[in-house]
Amino acid sequence: MTANGWLQFVLFFAVLIALMRPLGIYMARVFQGERTFLDPVLHPIESLLYKLCGVNAEEEMGWRQYTGAMLLFSFVSLLLTYLIERLQHILPWNPQHLAGVSPALAWNTAASFTTNTNWQSYVPEVTMSYFTQMVTLAYHNFLSGAVGIAVAITLVRGIARRESKTIGNFWVDCIRGVLYILLPLCLILAPILIGQGVVQNMHAYTQAQTLEHGQQTIAQGPVASQEAIKMLGTNGGGFFNANSAHPFENPTPLTNFLEVLAIFLIPAALTVTLGKMTGSPGHGWAVFACMSVLFCAALVTIYWAESQPHPLLHGVSQSSSALQSGGNMEGKEVRFGIADTALFATATTDASCGAVNAMHDSFTPLGGMVVLANIMLGEIVFGGVGSGLYGMLIYVVLAVFIAGLMVGRTPEYLGKKIEAFDVKMAMLYVLIFPLLILVLTAISVLSPQMGLSSLNNAGPHGLTEILYAFTSGAGNNGSAFAGLNANTNWYNISLGFTMLAGRFLMMIPMLALAGNLAQKKSVPPSPGTFPVNSSLFTVLLTGVIVIVGALTFFPALSLGPILEHLLLHQGSLF
Amino acid sequence: MISSLKIAIRFTLVTTVLLGLLYPLAVTAFAHIAMRDKADGQLLSQNGHVIGSAILGQSFAGDRYFHGRLSAAGNGYDAANSGGTNLAQSSKKLVDRINGDAATYSKTSSADVPIDLVTTSGSGLDPDITPAAALYQVSRVAQARHMDDASLRALVQAHTQGRQFGILGEPRVNVLELNMALDAAH
Repeated sequence: MTANGWLQFVLFFAVLIALMRPLGIYMARVFQGERTFLDPVLHPIESLLYKLCGVNAEEEMGWRQYTGAMLLFSFVSLLLTYLIERLQHILPWNPQHLAGVSPALAWNTAASFTTNTNWQSYVPEVTMSYFTQMVTLAYHNFLSGAVGIAVAITLVRGIARRESKTIGNFWVDCIRGVLYILLPLCLILAPILIGQGVVQNMHAYTQAQTLEHGQQTIAQGPVASQEAIKMLGTNGGGFFNANSAHPFENPTPLTNFLEVLAIFLIPAALTVTLGKMTGSPGHGWAVFACMSVLFCAALVTIYWAESQPHPLLHGVSQSSSALQSGGNMEGKEVRFGIADTALFATATTDASCGAVNAMHDSFTPLGGMVVLANIMLGEIVFGGVGSGLYGMLIYVVLAVFIAGLMVGRTPEYLGKKIEAFDVKMAMLYVLIFPLLILVLTAISVLSPQMGLSSLNNAGPHGLTEILYAFTSGAGNNGSAFAGLNANTNWYNISLGFTMLAGRFLMMIPMLALAGNLAQKKSVPPSPGTFPVNSSLFTVLLTGVIVIVGALTFFPALSLGPILEHLLLHQGSLF
Repeated sequence: MISSLKIAIRFTLVTTVLLGLLYPLAVTAFAHIAMRDKADGQLLSQNGHVIGSAILGQSFAGDRYFHGRLSAAGNGYDAANSGGTNLAQSSKKLVDRINGDAATYSKTSSADVPIDLVTTSGSGLDPDITPAAALYQVSRVAQARHMDDASLRALVQAHTQGRQFGILGEPRVNVLELNMALDAAH
């Protein structure tokens, strides 16, 4: 661990805080349908898009109609992605003449990108044509992000509105999210990435003759445009197999800094949007504070764990000095060292991003455990664009409910009474997640042919590989302990199902909660109301998150990474 | 329901054209005009043929060159098949490999080998090694090229990149760049 490493973390957090407020206020304006400084350029395009899509922008939807539109859109776009993948060999921009994608893999990938997961069972540079990457994968990076933001905004509206039957218009929320937020940010980020060396072209792969007269085939492609939305939309699907470890995706420490910033930018700003739209900025900050505490705890632990020397190596220099960052460098890049890797790994799993700039499978047992635990907490530490905020608000509802139980009053949240239906929906959201992960992991572990034959590592780490896969799928994260060969029928199909369930089965209770909150009356605060903008609330909220997460997943973690750590330090290898 | 489905289909098609075609093609056109070298991967040429990219590692095995990281991309530095080993820290295969390599290095040097020389990178295409790893190889390369250690050490120092803006990332040496400078100097 170095002073410079800590300094980079402080710099990162300072820049994040400086940018989140203006963006958060701007997003509140966008979703309240107010005028913004981009209106002169974007308003005519917006109107044209409504006309082309046949959308009546004035019409508002109830939660059932909103959910219906969201599901229909997801179904149609998933189907289109599946078709394009299957037919890519007869479509344009396929300079490497890659074959059509097999059915199981096409299904898995379509589900993966539709749900903002971006789990990748394949090696992109030898599987997906430029056309497929641009038109389906990068496309979903925009829309799955926009859908996440839209759903989060409906929940905020649900809290803010009084006796309202409607929560917004799905099509309008998506178009405004894409047009006013995601696309402009991408148009800023992509050129900077190119300037640093991220490639952006449609050429066939380059054939090089190396200095020692070997041959090297260099994969190319329209990478920067996809990289920008991959990070901003917390998608995380790499253009290349090595994802953001690849020098063509993440060439310099500056691109690394910007990519991590891009993961957190919108999710952090949404806490400001929450405060703004509900008229309670202090509550936005309280939620932000809780996220920050959990973020710092994970970052420090990973940085510490990855800086430790391996106990069983001989004749290897592993300590940090002015000439090397030392620590565990297996699966890591020299330009990032330990500090930038720890920062990236924390952010990508705190959020539902899942891009990686190093191989998580090769992390130390405890470092790997923290990235896994980040996803297990529900990716609510800033979280995915939108999904982070609504996941966090579920825990807020639970925290207020528990506080209400303690003083024996009906819990209130920003003027809304939290009643049985609301808590049921919140619990549904909390329970579906571990149910998917633990049951499917158990099935995989019990089946040598389907589950265990894909393992890259034996012993407790093997269990962690499988556990990580289903956690990543259900959490719509998409990062992997990538040694697991997931391109088999069992994993492609079961993970495809997990990703869809992890997205939609959790979004539906979410939208039901939004709809139910919107139609409630507002009650004025009384002396018995638990204030949700205090530091006491932040402590309670953090406690609820950690306790729910730990109770659910501690047994599984103790059989995986914790056992691995203890055995490794006793000298056992597998 | 039917009318919603119609909207869903139109919405998918319209946004696909905007975000899946117009956006990436516009960025590509801009990159091609404004930053062509960067957008094309910073390819380096020698005697009329491409020898690689300035920001991708390539394999070096001979004593006359500085060696880069170990690579798990394809059969080593395959820039069309990137990736790492994904071996766990508790993997016997990994620990045996590292200790075996370290034992080989110990035959030619009494110093401990820097960790980045005996570990695979995440991408399998890491263009860099740490300054420690470059300095560690100086005496071998100097011997193979009949140069003196001091001038080679100076060459390494001249090709050491500090942290970006003095704060971001880690100090590093681009192996291909260093080896090309070596060929040019000697």
